[in-house]
Amino acid sequence: MKTIKIQTENMYLHYGSKMALNNISISIPENKVTALIGPSGCGKSTFLRSLNRMNDLIDSVKIEGNVFIDGINIYDKNIDVVNLRKKVGMVFQKSNPFAKSIFENVAYGPRINGINNKNELTEIVETSLQNAAIWDEVKDRLYDSALGLSGGQQQRLCIARTLAVNPEIILMDEPASALDPISTSKIEELIHELKDKYTIVIVTHNMQQAARVSDYTAFFYIGELIEFDKTKKIYTNPDKKQTEDYITGRFG
Amino acid sequence: MMLQKFYNSVRSKKQNRNNTITELNADGFSTTFQKNSFFEMLKLKTNRYKRDAKGFIFEGITLASALIIVAILIVMLVVIFNGGKSMFTWEFLTTFPKEGMTKGGIFPAIYGTALLVIIMSIAAVPFGTITAIYLTEYARENSFIARSIRFAVRTLAVIPSIIYGLFGLGFFIKYVGTGMDSVFLGGHLKWGQPNILWASLTMALLTLPVVIVSVEEALKTIPRELREASLALGATKWQTIRKVVFPGSISGILTGAILAVSRGAGEVAPILFTGAAYYLATLPGSLSDQFMVLGYHIYIMTTQSANVDQTLPIQFGTTMVLLLLTFSLNIVAIILRYRIRKRRIA
Repeated sequence: MKTIKIQTENMYLHYGSKMALNNISISIPENKVTALIGPSGCGKSTFLRSLNRMNDLIDSVKIEGNVFIDGINIYDKNIDVVNLRKKVGMVFQKSNPFAKSIFENVAYGPRINGINNKNELTEIVETSLQNAAIWDEVKDRLYDSALGLSGGQQQRLCIARTLAVNPEIILMDEPASALDPISTSKIEELIHELKDKYTIVIVTHNMQQAARVSDYTAFFYIGELIEFDKTKKIYTNPDKKQTEDYITGRFG
Repeated sequence: MMLQKFYNSVRSKKQNRNNTITELNADGFSTTFQKNSFFEMLKLKTNRYKRDAKGFIFEGITLASALIIVAILIVMLVVIFNGGKSMFTWEFLTTFPKEGMTKGGIFPAIYGTALLVIIMSIAAVPFGTITAIYLTEYARENSFIARSIRFAVRTLAVIPSIIYGLFGLGFFIKYVGTGMDSVFLGGHLKWGQPNILWASLTMALLTLPVVIVSVEEALKTIPRELREASLALGATKWQTIRKVVFPGSISGILTGAILAVSRGAGEVAPILFTGAAYYLATLPGSLSDQFMVLGYHIYIMTTQSANVDQTLPIQFGTTMVLLLLTFSLNIVAIILRYRIRKRRIA
């Protein structure tokens, strides 16, 4: 018995006159990890960014169709984008900590939500850093600049920063693509731990990573959703030949 | 036969390749190098010049023109400092002109210039910053309104400064000032004449385009990823600007603003009609007073002097003070940039 967290119905997305997503209908289950795979330019990142309306920032983007989160259409005109993004957090491909201290990076989200009590902030920062599996590495230098951390640490800090806002969904756009294997495996372990509490959607170019971390996998190709199923099924017995060809490395 | 020839040519090349010289250095280590290689290199070098003679000449021309710029600067500085250094005394800096401005100091001109710079900064920097924030953060990149504003800013930047002066006279003094007088003072003449406020505002208009462009550049240095990170955490656009974009670019904003203002500090044309005075016995005490200013003082010393021989040193001294003032503003900008950059890394 699984609950559906995110659902899209006949979703189309255009950049100007160029179609980037073509009739996407998908149901992403709650508290699972869903991987989006596909060759570059297939629309998987675009799709991810439309789940927290990050595409709103690009002027030429036009979206048709419905995107439901918890049954609510997030493209409804009554939706407050700011509240939506508090609920749907995002981790980017390139780690992007602010030029502030480690503490202030994590406290940023709570602060903009009006939490200014020092004790409360300290508690949120500590819990978030612990949940992002970076607490032990930074606890002695919380007030140092976040820019002094390694790439892998920065990325986990960005995850901690996202957790601090207490989202329900975490979108990850190739979170480990710029990291070394050890940092990558730390991020992957982290994803495993986080899925108890969060619904995770992750875009990845790394076939093995998708197989390791995800429960469900969606294969995108040229703006279309070719196949979506349990990861095990996709990797062992896909329905579509295109999916098989991509996973086995015959193209892409 | 053919094969033999081929074989020989290969062999000879091989021999040639092995034809090395081994030298024993004094310390017992040997150095091996190819015979002829040095001469071949030389040949290559001469070939390069022969082959690329035009390029070589062009390189010389570019270097020469670059050096001419440096030479001009050096000549300018040497002449000014030589002529002005004897005048550069505490007395010169802190006293009023005496005896029909043929003796004494230039204190009122320094004071007036400082006041002008401060008032115009107060007007131009916030106004320009806010406009730049609108252009980079709020306006859609290629919207009609953003393009119109950018066009207006670019056009304002190329309008000759004397026209700003005329605009200041017509708009601030004749329209706003006279209007204020008739509304608030029953026609009593107070604001409807040249003064330091109108001069500063005219000057602010002149520097505004430069401020806008340099602040825009500073804001653009904040990467899109950081804005997105903030927005993805549920921050509003205003929170993102206030807490991420602005703190990150404040050094660039200040540096740009100071450079723009220091450029304006030496301008004379805009304030000729709007507030600069030939000579005043007192310092400006309110915004509705006229004032003396360094740039205009240089002009007066050069062209209106009763006794050129006597005023020549004053002219040099004033020029030197004006130069030092603009240089020190630039140095402040550099130090500011350096310190904030260092703090960001730490």
